[in-house]
Amino acid sequence: MPSPKPRPSMSIETAPKMSWWNRLAHPGQFVQWTRPLVLPLALATAVLFVAGLWFAFFNSPADYQMGDTVRIMYVHVPTAWLSQFVYATMAVSALGTLIWRHPMADVSMKAAAPLGAVFTAMALFTGSLWGRPTWGTFWEWDGRMTSTLVLLFIYLGIVALWRAFDDQLRAARVVAVFTLVGAINIPIIKFSVDWWSTLHQPASVFRPDGPTMPGSILTPLFVMFFAFTLLFITLQLIAMHTEVRRRRITTLERRAAREGAK
Amino acid sequence: MSGFGAVLGREIRLSLRGGGEMLTLVLFFIIVGAIVPFAVGPDKDLLQRIAPGVVWIAAFLAMLLGLEKLFGPDRADGTLALYRLADLPLSAVVAAKVIAHWLTAALPLILASPILALLLAMDLAAFWRTLFSLLLGTPALAGFGAIGAALTVATRRGGLLAPILIAPLCVPVLIFGVGAIAPVGGPEQAQAALLFLAALSLTVLALSPFAAALAIDWGED
Repeated sequence: MPSPKPRPSMSIETAPKMSWWNRLAHPGQFVQWTRPLVLPLALATAVLFVAGLWFAFFNSPADYQMGDTVRIMYVHVPTAWLSQFVYATMAVSALGTLIWRHPMADVSMKAAAPLGAVFTAMALFTGSLWGRPTWGTFWEWDGRMTSTLVLLFIYLGIVALWRAFDDQLRAARVVAVFTLVGAINIPIIKFSVDWWSTLHQPASVFRPDGPTMPGSILTPLFVMFFAFTLLFITLQLIAMHTEVRRRRITTLERRAAREGAK
Repeated sequence: MSGFGAVLGREIRLSLRGGGEMLTLVLFFIIVGAIVPFAVGPDKDLLQRIAPGVVWIAAFLAMLLGLEKLFGPDRADGTLALYRLADLPLSAVVAAKVIAHWLTAALPLILASPILALLLAMDLAAFWRTLFSLLLGTPALAGFGAIGAALTVATRRGGLLAPILIAPLCVPVLIFGVGAIAPVGGPEQAQAALLFLAALSLTVLALSPFAAALAIDWGED
C-alpha cells in the first residue's frame, strides 16, 4: 500500500485541508486509529448482552397472552431494526464511494453487506419462531414479513455482486450504484407490499402490540437493542480491518508476483 | 438525436436479423404459461383465477432471459467501449437500448399473450385488462433489466446474477401488474393499481438509463 502523497495544490486558498475525514481515508491510519476501539466496544457489547439476557430471561414477566414466547421479541425487535439500520449504513457508504471515492466507504460497504444479511435472516427466523405459537403458522404473507424477505434477497444479491468481481475497486463502484438503486426502491417495495397484503389479508391477523408496553418489558428491550447495535458496530469495525488487511495482502502478492516475473 | 436514432435502429435491426432470437423468447413465454396447467391440473376455474399471475410470471421470466443480450455482445466486440467515448451521452445510448429492448423483447410477448389467454381460460374482459397492464408494466421491467444487465456486464459470471439482483426490485411491478388485472378490492382498486403501475414505469424509464450508464462506466476502467 503506497504512502499517501501530498496532492499538488493549486494555491494556498484552494488547497484542500487535511481534515480528519481526509486522513481517515488512508486505510493504514484508519486501522491504527480504530483498532483501540475494538476491545472496549466488544467488552461493552458483552456486558450489555449479559445484562439484557438476564433481564430478558429472569427479570421480565411472561406475557399474559403470549406466555414465554414474548421473550423472542428481545432478539427479534433489535435484529429487525438492524436489518434496516445496516442498509442505511451501506447506502451512506455508497454515497461516500460515489461522491468522494472515499476508500474506507468501499470497505465499510463491503463489510456491512453480510452482517446485514445475517441480521435480516435472524429477524425473519425469530419472527417465524414467534409466529408459530402465536399466529399458528411459521410464515404469513403479511406486509412486514414480506418486505423483510425482499430486503434479505437484496442483501444476498449485493453479497453475490461483490463476489462476482475480481477487482474489488471496480466492484465497489458498481455495488454502490446497486445499493443506491435498492435504497430508492425499498420504500416503494414496502409501500406496494403493504398495499398488497392489506388487500389479500383479513386484518384480524395483526394484533397491534398496544401502545402501552409495561416498563418491565421495555427495559430488556432497550438493553438488547443497544447490545445488538453495539454488536453490529464492533463486527463492522473488525470486518473493515479484515478487509483492509485482505486488500493489503492482495497488493503484496501482486507485487511479489511482479518481482518474481522479472 | 441522430445518434440516438442510429443506436435504436441498430438494436432493432440486430434483433430482427439475429436469427430467431425473438421467436425463441415468444416460445419460452408461451411454454412457461402452458406448462402451468400440467403442474396444477386442468381445472378451468383454478386456471382462470391464476391466469393473470401466470401471464405476468411468464413475461417476467422471458424478459429476464433476454437480459444477457442487452450489453454482453456489445462489450465483447468493443462497441460498448466506443459508446463510452461517443459524443452521445452513455445514458442516451442506454435509453435507446432500453426502448429497443422493450420493442423486441416485451412487445412480441404482449402480441403473443392472446394464445396464453386462450390456454388459461381467461374471459375477454380479463384479457383486455391483462393486455393493458402488460403494456403499462413491461417498460418498468425493461428499465430494471437494463440496470441489472449493466451492473453485471463487466463480470465474467454475470449470467444468472442479473435476474437475482433485479427480481426483488421488480416485486412492486408484479404486485401492481397483477393487482390491475384481478381486482381483489373492487374496480377502483384496480384503477389505483393501474395508475401506480404507470407511475412506476415512467419513473423507472426516466431514471434507469442514468443508473445503468453509471454502472457501465464505473464497472470499466
